[in-house]
Amino acid sequence: MTEVSVAEEDKAATGELVVLKSVNKHFGALHVLQDIDLTIARGEVVVVIGPSGSGKSTLCRTVNRLETIDSGTISIDGRPLPQEGKELARLRADVGMVFQSFNLFAHKTVLENVMLGQVKVRKADKKQAEDKARALLDRVGVGAQADKYPAQLSGGQQQRVAIARALAMDPKVMLFDEPTSALDPEMINEVLEVMQQLARDGMTMIVVTHEMGFARSAANRVVFMADGRIVEQAAPDQFFSSPRSDRAKDFLSKILHH
Amino acid sequence: MNVLLDHFADFREGFVGTVLLTLASGLLAMVLGVVIAGFRVSPVPPLRAFGTAWVTLFRNTPLTLLFLIAWFVVPVIFAPGMSPWTKALLALSFYTSAFVCEAVRSGITTVPLGQAEAARSLGMTFSQTLRLIVLPQATRTVVAPLSSIFIALTKNSAIAGAFSVTELFGWQKTLSDQGYAIAWIFLWVALGYLVITFSISGLFQLLERRLGVAR
Repeated sequence: MTEVSVAEEDKAATGELVVLKSVNKHFGALHVLQDIDLTIARGEVVVVIGPSGSGKSTLCRTVNRLETIDSGTISIDGRPLPQEGKELARLRADVGMVFQSFNLFAHKTVLENVMLGQVKVRKADKKQAEDKARALLDRVGVGAQADKYPAQLSGGQQQRVAIARALAMDPKVMLFDEPTSALDPEMINEVLEVMQQLARDGMTMIVVTHEMGFARSAANRVVFMADGRIVEQAAPDQFFSSPRSDRAKDFLSKILHH
Repeated sequence: MNVLLDHFADFREGFVGTVLLTLASGLLAMVLGVVIAGFRVSPVPPLRAFGTAWVTLFRNTPLTLLFLIAWFVVPVIFAPGMSPWTKALLALSFYTSAFVCEAVRSGITTVPLGQAEAARSLGMTFSQTLRLIVLPQATRTVVAPLSSIFIALTKNSAIAGAFSVTELFGWQKTLSDQGYAIAWIFLWVALGYLVITFSISGLFQLLERRLGVAR
């Protein structure tokens, strides 16, 4: 066991956690992902932005194979994504996902939502799972809501529970698929603060978002997508102050005006 | 004088027979129906095909024909020496399971897709996702159609009477053969069925109310 973990540490040093190579995907006639090459290093926070329909959500969902791809390869921590089955389930447990519509389990309490994956997938002891769940709920600031059902919480609270639920699995990487797009404006910040804290703690994150403030302050790299392609990627300062492509200039001029 | 009082022991025996047959085949149909519904939404194509074939076969075959097959074909080809009661149980529960399956499947489709996606992204397997997340949330929608299906099952069990299984409807034939007034016999038989079907709908109404509050 120790040897294995040492080997994994070595791999950690090499740094490439998520690697997409010439990934293509079609939705019928629509070519949503066109030759996507993207490498995300351990501890890196990558923000994916772009106009709607550019394929950024689809890209995010291919990383844990909620969307299948037509060609290309995706590997996580050196292992290519397996076919649907037990193997894939095991890999998904290492990839946290936060959805636009929260998707908390409606028939379970907040606490149960955060415990379920630990108990059923990680086979953790119930008591330990509960302690960890409560600690995580405190960390995202919803500890007092533990015994309520998701529907009794505000959107911002639900999304923070969803983040805690994903963190409970000790993921290697976290995917955020427009985590604040379904929130009322006054609730966006409470979720972004949790994400910013997570980024500071060194979590590897892929974030699809329209929140340019978050991209500026928390991202190591901004990936700009349009029409199924990665048009441009750069450090946030560079991207927002002097974008190279016309497509990005056009996009930024539209969103940064108000 | 009065058919019911004169032959109450037989009537009771028939009534209990119907209740037992309904309960047993209802239970088996429930189990089969949920499993087959799982097959029908499974990511494994052969399982899906099996589920579809099962539903197509048992939903579209007249129940009487299934009884005939259970009586005259199954013993010859598969399992000789089954009691009439077992044969009736199989025919009724296989037939009913097709309807249970479709009710459960319609319930599954009412659960938002995001629920299953969240479960899968936590690393749950297909069967865990179905058992722990989707089916519990589908239950509420499935309760109402299930109540109709079980009431239909109760009445369908009368066919077993024609195949010499002791049950409520068979009592009618024995006694009308003995020359009793047919109208009274039918009245008592109908009341017997009403007691069972009203109990079922009452039970399911209770269930619906419970699930409504507890989410």
